[in-house]
Amino acid sequence: MNNRPRPPLDPALLRGLTRARRSPLALPGITRRRTLQAGGATAAALALSACGVGGQQRDPAADEDFWADKERTGNLRWANWPLYMDSERTQIQQFTEATGIRVDYKEDVHEAASFFGQIQPKLANGDDIGYDLMVLTNGFELAKLIELGYLVRLDHTRLPAFAEYADEVYKNASYDPGNEYTVPYASGITGIAYNPEFVDREITSLQDLWDPAFEGKVGMFADPQEIAIFGLLANGVTPADSTREDWEAAADKLREQRDSGVVRAYYEQDYIQPLTTGDLWMTMAWSGDIYQQNAEAGTNLKFVIPDEGATLWTDNLMIPYTTQAPVDAVELMNFLYEPEIATGLTEYIGYISPVPRAQGTMAEWADTEEEDERAEALREMSESALVFPGEGDYQKLHNYVALEPDQQGEFSSLFQAVTQS
Amino acid sequence: MSNRKFTPYVLVLPAWAWLALFFVVPIGGMLSLSLTTGNVVTGFQQTFEVGNYATAVSTYWEQILRSLFYGACATLVCIALGYPMAYWIAFRGGAHKSTYLLLILLPFFVSFVLRTISWRFFLSDNGVVLGPLKDLGLLPEGFAVLNSALAVILGLAYNFLPFMVLPIYAVLERMDPHLVEAAHDLYAGRFQAFARVILPVSLPGVFAGVLMTFIPTSADYVNASVLGGTHNTMIGNVVQTQYLVNNNYPIAASITFVLMGLLLVGIFSYARALGTERVMEVHA
Amino acid sequence: MSIDVHSQGATGSGTGGGTAPAAVRGRARRRIDWGRYHTWAVLAWLFAPIVFMIVFSFNDPAGRHNITWQGFTLRWYQNAFAHTELNEAMLNSVSIALLSMVIAGGLGTLLGLALGRFDFRGKQLTNLVMFAAISAPEVVLGAALLSTFLMMNVTTGYWTTVIAHVMFCVSFVAITVRARVITLDPRLEEAARDLGAGPWDTFRLVTLPMLFPAIMAGGLLAFALSIDDYIITSFVSGDVTTFPLWIWGATRVGIPPQVNVMGTLLFAVGLLLAVVNIAMARRRATAKD
Repeated sequence: MNNRPRPPLDPALLRGLTRARRSPLALPGITRRRTLQAGGATAAALALSACGVGGQQRDPAADEDFWADKERTGNLRWANWPLYMDSERTQIQQFTEATGIRVDYKEDVHEAASFFGQIQPKLANGDDIGYDLMVLTNGFELAKLIELGYLVRLDHTRLPAFAEYADEVYKNASYDPGNEYTVPYASGITGIAYNPEFVDREITSLQDLWDPAFEGKVGMFADPQEIAIFGLLANGVTPADSTREDWEAAADKLREQRDSGVVRAYYEQDYIQPLTTGDLWMTMAWSGDIYQQNAEAGTNLKFVIPDEGATLWTDNLMIPYTTQAPVDAVELMNFLYEPEIATGLTEYIGYISPVPRAQGTMAEWADTEEEDERAEALREMSESALVFPGEGDYQKLHNYVALEPDQQGEFSSLFQAVTQS
Repeated sequence: MSNRKFTPYVLVLPAWAWLALFFVVPIGGMLSLSLTTGNVVTGFQQTFEVGNYATAVSTYWEQILRSLFYGACATLVCIALGYPMAYWIAFRGGAHKSTYLLLILLPFFVSFVLRTISWRFFLSDNGVVLGPLKDLGLLPEGFAVLNSALAVILGLAYNFLPFMVLPIYAVLERMDPHLVEAAHDLYAGRFQAFARVILPVSLPGVFAGVLMTFIPTSADYVNASVLGGTHNTMIGNVVQTQYLVNNNYPIAASITFVLMGLLLVGIFSYARALGTERVMEVHA
Repeated sequence: MSIDVHSQGATGSGTGGGTAPAAVRGRARRRIDWGRYHTWAVLAWLFAPIVFMIVFSFNDPAGRHNITWQGFTLRWYQNAFAHTELNEAMLNSVSIALLSMVIAGGLGTLLGLALGRFDFRGKQLTNLVMFAAISAPEVVLGAALLSTFLMMNVTTGYWTTVIAHVMFCVSFVAITVRARVITLDPRLEEAARDLGAGPWDTFRLVTLPMLFPAIMAGGLLAFALSIDDYIITSFVSGDVTTFPLWIWGATRVGIPPQVNVMGTLLFAVGLLLAVVNIAMARRRATAKD
């Protein structure tokens, strides 16, 4: 059975079942019979709660004094992606030791879109979503959360470690200028990975993804934001300056790639297995995945940032407005920017740390570590450009195309017509 | 008996209440949603926009037809593999009938994620199955099963086979072996005995099996997304994307009702073609 | 020619008929038993991925991606329960599946019985709703259910998950049971009533045993559906995590071998049930002789 004791039937459910219905919002045309009437009313109410019909967008003005009366509660509920912290939860233990705040850590974010789908109705309703802090990628979902007014404006006076240690690159990102709502947890690069066992030349350009020599052996990402950037860059367009015409041209370029038979499939996040076994020879890939696979499994996969450029994405910490522990949440955000903590986190997850100083700390750890294997792993990681990109690397990296929520549908449809054929 | 009149209503009441509350009400909400316009930020207004359905059909007719086709293929594979199996277990399973049933379902206790990952391992271009065949020169070097329509259909059939076997078994299991014997004596050939006696009795089971494989496989999305390649997208994937990624709830809902409508029309005309009366009235 | 006389024949009883083993007819004795080969071949197909899963639960991968064979180890079994979230997810999955099996089994049986045996107003509508419930794409069902729960002011969690699972399992049980009811001879029940049995006794002593194989089949299908569900669960489970939910999330950054271990243990429990079943069937068979 479930570990947590629960009442056999939620009292709220019984209330819901027995409570009289709200006054029916009669809809013309479908109110002929009483049964249908009830159904119509229900449906309308349902549509309201499901989609935040009119006026569900929150007025952020109400948040002016959000922080004024907030105090630490000593309990924090945090939703993160699975395997984004070691199984001992070392950093949380350190946090609890340092602050006394207990953290209920849940690996509940499995996919940005479906996570958004699950919390959005609750946020629209003003219900507690069960988390005081969450981690989401800088994609459509983040843009919508900001636009809908569902995120708490951060009080930067409470984030001194962020101010001191965070890389400047992350301090003015297009998706959240001035870190008004979010601070980065970890970042990654989307580039090209290939298996030199099958690809006998060096891959340097996006055009290699269009090479008919690799027929049926190239993997692309299904995510419209991800694949769009590759289409745009392949056409020589800078994503940040792209127009609608550029998007269409990019979609055409990608369609041409698909119809020439080069593409094997469009992947969500499961390309490592085919890349290792040789079903894929070359694929769009995330830097951390390839780094981990090589470091840990001893494979010899190559990851390149193509000449034309590549994508930098960021998983961000943010606080929903329904939070019950905003102070505790912001304290944890700050804590994760302490270089020692950031170093420990990066050692486990292998993606880019927003704290550049972690590189030096990691090298120091490698010097003092007595166990050879770990020392070597630490040294290798501290020297990797995939985990600690240099200035030059960052120059070639682009954020996702920044879109207003009302442009997203149009943009997505263009690229989904390619990937969902 | 007068209370017999009420018996069916008493029997259906609990299930009806459950389905009404937790299926009809939610899906009714979706129906209303399918007629709205707007977006997730500004909200959706009820405008009775029937055009959503036109958009759904005109944009995605290809994926809809493909889904029905894949579902039909998978159902046929399930019948071909499942019927003989159910037959054998029912008549020759002896004391171990229930053990066989348990064995058929055992793979499903393990999550579909693990199963499909395993399939990708097995069907890999140079994997344990295709690798040796290619080494022996029996298959061309470029041959691939994964990321094709074949892989999707086989995946669907794999995941829904028990839904064909179990209802057929449940019907055949109660058949009197004497009847089978008598049939064998009456008709000269085994085939004749099968076609004239066993098949008619088992038809309700096949009908149930077809319902439980064709309907869910046509609405499936997992297999196409894990085992499919380009041009293998099913309508379930489109709904998934429209709903979750694009938050285009009206279109996602419209596609859903188009799909459900097509499936229900298909099922009821199939029932008619099969002769509902015959299916309903056979008593072995 | 010899006709094997089955001990119980048509009524069928207990777990799957309890007929005597070795029901070999004269005619079949000389034939190759293709049915057996076919059944075992299909079973092999069904089990192939499981074999892979079990083998790789003993793998010793250096990294997070347990996909290439790196050497034998038992260490994942030694700390099989290291991921507390995974353990909790497992327990949730199993208990939810059992509850769904029992509740959907009960509701579905009654529904299937009514549909197969009686004519009543609203029968076609019932059919329609039942088929519609299994034809709706999961994401739409899940989202619609979540909205409904919110509208009712119900906090999503363990019990909303059970409710949702029962909802999509009921039709499968009902369809399976209905198929068997249709082929049953109602005269058996009439005979029972003629012999003086009341409606409840008739149901308990005649109808239920006759339906048992279908109820069991439907229940097993419900269990399998519930324990395997991802999409709908992800909407209505609130802060409760189930096994598929956990695994699906974990695939983003690799699958630890513990997942295979958990899968293997779950599988082993099922296998144990099968073995117990065989042993019991043996005992029944010997007791009869």
